Amino acid sequence: MTTAEQEALIIRRKTPWWSLLARDKFALAAALWLTLMFACFLLGPELFGKAATTLNLRARNLPPGSTEHGWLMFLGGDALGRSMLARLVVASRNTLTIALTAVFFAMIAGGFLGMIAGYVGRGIGHVIMRFADVLQSFPSLLLAVVVLYVLEPSVTNLIIVLAITRLPIYLRVTRAEVLEIRERVFVDAANALGGSRYHILRRHITPVVAPTLLTILTVDFSIIMLAESSLSFLGIGIQPPEITWGLMVAQGRNYLSQAWWLAFFPGLAIMLATLSGNILSNWLRVVSDPEQRWRLEKPRTGDE
Amino acid sequence: MGQFLGRRALHSGIALIGLILAVFFLVRLTGDPTDLYLPIDASLETRKEFAEKHGFDRPATEQFVVFLKDVSEGDLGYSLRKQRPAMELVLEAYPTTLALAGVAMSLSIILAVLVGAIGAYRPGGVFDRISSIASLAGASAPDFWVAITGILLFAVTFRWLPTSGTGDWPYWVLPIVVLMLRPFGLMVQVVRASMLGALASAYVKTARAKGVRETSVIFVHALRNACLSIVTVAGDLAVGLINGAVIVETVFGWPGVGKLMIDAVIQRDFPTVQATIMVTATAIFLMNIVIDLLYVALDPRIRHQ
Repeated sequence: MTTAEQEALIIRRKTPWWSLLARDKFALAAALWLTLMFACFLLGPELFGKAATTLNLRARNLPPGSTEHGWLMFLGGDALGRSMLARLVVASRNTLTIALTAVFFAMIAGGFLGMIAGYVGRGIGHVIMRFADVLQSFPSLLLAVVVLYVLEPSVTNLIIVLAITRLPIYLRVTRAEVLEIRERVFVDAANALGGSRYHILRRHITPVVAPTLLTILTVDFSIIMLAESSLSFLGIGIQPPEITWGLMVAQGRNYLSQAWWLAFFPGLAIMLATLSGNILSNWLRVVSDPEQRWRLEKPRTGDE
Repeated sequence: MGQFLGRRALHSGIALIGLILAVFFLVRLTGDPTDLYLPIDASLETRKEFAEKHGFDRPATEQFVVFLKDVSEGDLGYSLRKQRPAMELVLEAYPTTLALAGVAMSLSIILAVLVGAIGAYRPGGVFDRISSIASLAGASAPDFWVAITGILLFAVTFRWLPTSGTGDWPYWVLPIVVLMLRPFGLMVQVVRASMLGALASAYVKTARAKGVRETSVIFVHALRNACLSIVTVAGDLAVGLINGAVIVETVFGWPGVGKLMIDAVIQRDFPTVQATIMVTATAIFLMNIVIDLLYVALDPRIRHQ
C-alpha cells in the first residue's frame, strides 16, 4: 500500500462521509433534493394520486403563486384544472422508476459483458466490442426512436431501450479496468492457488471495478433521465395517461403563451434532479479520490 | 500506422454493416407502410400494386438482398413520402444540420477552453466556483425545455428573436445556444480537470522558472497537453450533438437531418430512414478515424500499433 492510500485510510477514519457532505453546501443541497424526490417516488402516488386526477374547472390554467384554491394549487393548475404540484409529485414515480431501473440494468449488463470481454478469450471479446461499437457510434436518440417504434412505448420497453443505449459506457470502462487488474499480483496469486475464472472475477476483480462503475452510475442517472424526457417530449416515450416530467413539458408546450407554468415547472423538476445527480457525482468523485479528498477536509479559511 | 488505419476501417465497416442490418429489419417490424400511404378505402389491387412497386410483398430477407444490390449501385431507394430519391432528401438536409452543429461545436469548444482554463488557474476561486456550477447546470438542463422557455422569453414576451424557422442570424441564436449547452457544460469540466493536471506538472514549473508569461504558460504549455482529452471528449460530444439536433430541429422547425429522420420513422418511410442512418453512420466513422489521426498529431508519443 502506498503512503497516499494509507493517509487516505487514516483520513477516512477521521472524517465520516456525512460530515464531509455537510461541509459542502452544494452537495448537501443536492443530496437533500434527491432525498425529497425519493420520498415523492415512494409515497407520492399514494398521497397525491387523487389530487392529481381531480378536475377543478374553476382552477383551469390557474397561475401559480396563489393559495385561493388550496395549497395544492400553489404551483398553478393545468388545462383541466388539475393541481400542478400533485401531478409533479405523482409523475416523479414514473420518471425515477425509468431512470433508476435503466441505469441499474445498464450497469449490470455492461459490467457483465465488459468482464467477459476483458477476461475471457479474445474471440468473444471481439464480438462484444463490435457490438459496443455499433451502439456507441450512433446517436442514441435515433436508435431509441427506431426501437421504440418496433416495441410498444411502455415503461418496461422504455427501460430496456435506455439501458441498451447506455450499456457501452459500462462495458468499455469495465473491460479497460479488467485488462489492467488481471495483470496484478493478487490475481496471479488467486490463479496459482487454483481459483476458477468465475471465482477470480467475482471475488477479486468485481470489488475493484465496482466503485468506478458506481461513480459512472451517478452521472449516468442524469443522462438517462434527460434521454427519457427527450423521448417523452418527442411523443415517442411514455404515452398518456401515464405521466413523466418530460411528457408534462410536451403537454404544456401547447399552452405556452397562455400558461407558461405548465411546461416550466416539470422542466425545472428535471433540471434540478439532473443537476443534483451531477453535483453529487462530482462530490463522490472527489471524496473517493485520495489525491483530491483533502480539498474537502481542509478547515475553512477566511478567504473562502 | 497504415496497418492501424486498416484495422480501424475494418472494425468500422463491421459496425456499419451491423447497424444497417439491424435498422433494415427493425424498421420493417414497425408496421406496414401500405396502410399509411394509401387511403383507407383503397382497393386490394391498389394495395398489391403499391406493395409490389416497393417490394414489400417479398420476404424481408429478399428485400435486403435487393437493397444491398441497389446500394452497391449507389441507389438508396425512393422516399415513400416525397416521391423522390431518398439520398437527395438526405443530402439536402445535411448542410443545415452540419452548419448548425458546426457553429455550436466550435463555439462551445472555444468558450469551454477559455472558461475551463481560467477556472483551473485558481481552483476554488470565485470564477472557478461560479463557472463550475454554471457549466454543470448547462450540462444538466433538458434541451427541449430550454428551447421552449427561450422561445417564450425571447420570442413571445420580448419579441427580440423569431420563434422558429430559418433565415438571417436572429434565427440562429436560440437553436445554437440550446445546442451548445450540453457540449459546453461537459467540456468545461473536462478542460478544467485536465488543465489542473497540466498546471501542476513539472514542465509548467520549468516554464515559469524560465520567466515565460503566465498567459502563454496557460494557453501554450498547459493547454497543448490538455488537448488530448479535449479532443476525445469533443468527438463523443459531436456524436451526441445529433441527439440535440433532433430536438432543436423539431422545436425550431429546421429542415435538417434530425427532423427528416424523426418524420421518416414516424411515417414509416423506410428508404429515407435507411439512407439517413447510412450517411450519418458513415460520417461518424470517418470522424472517429480523423480523431485517431489527430491524437498522433497532438502527441508524438502516441504511435498506433
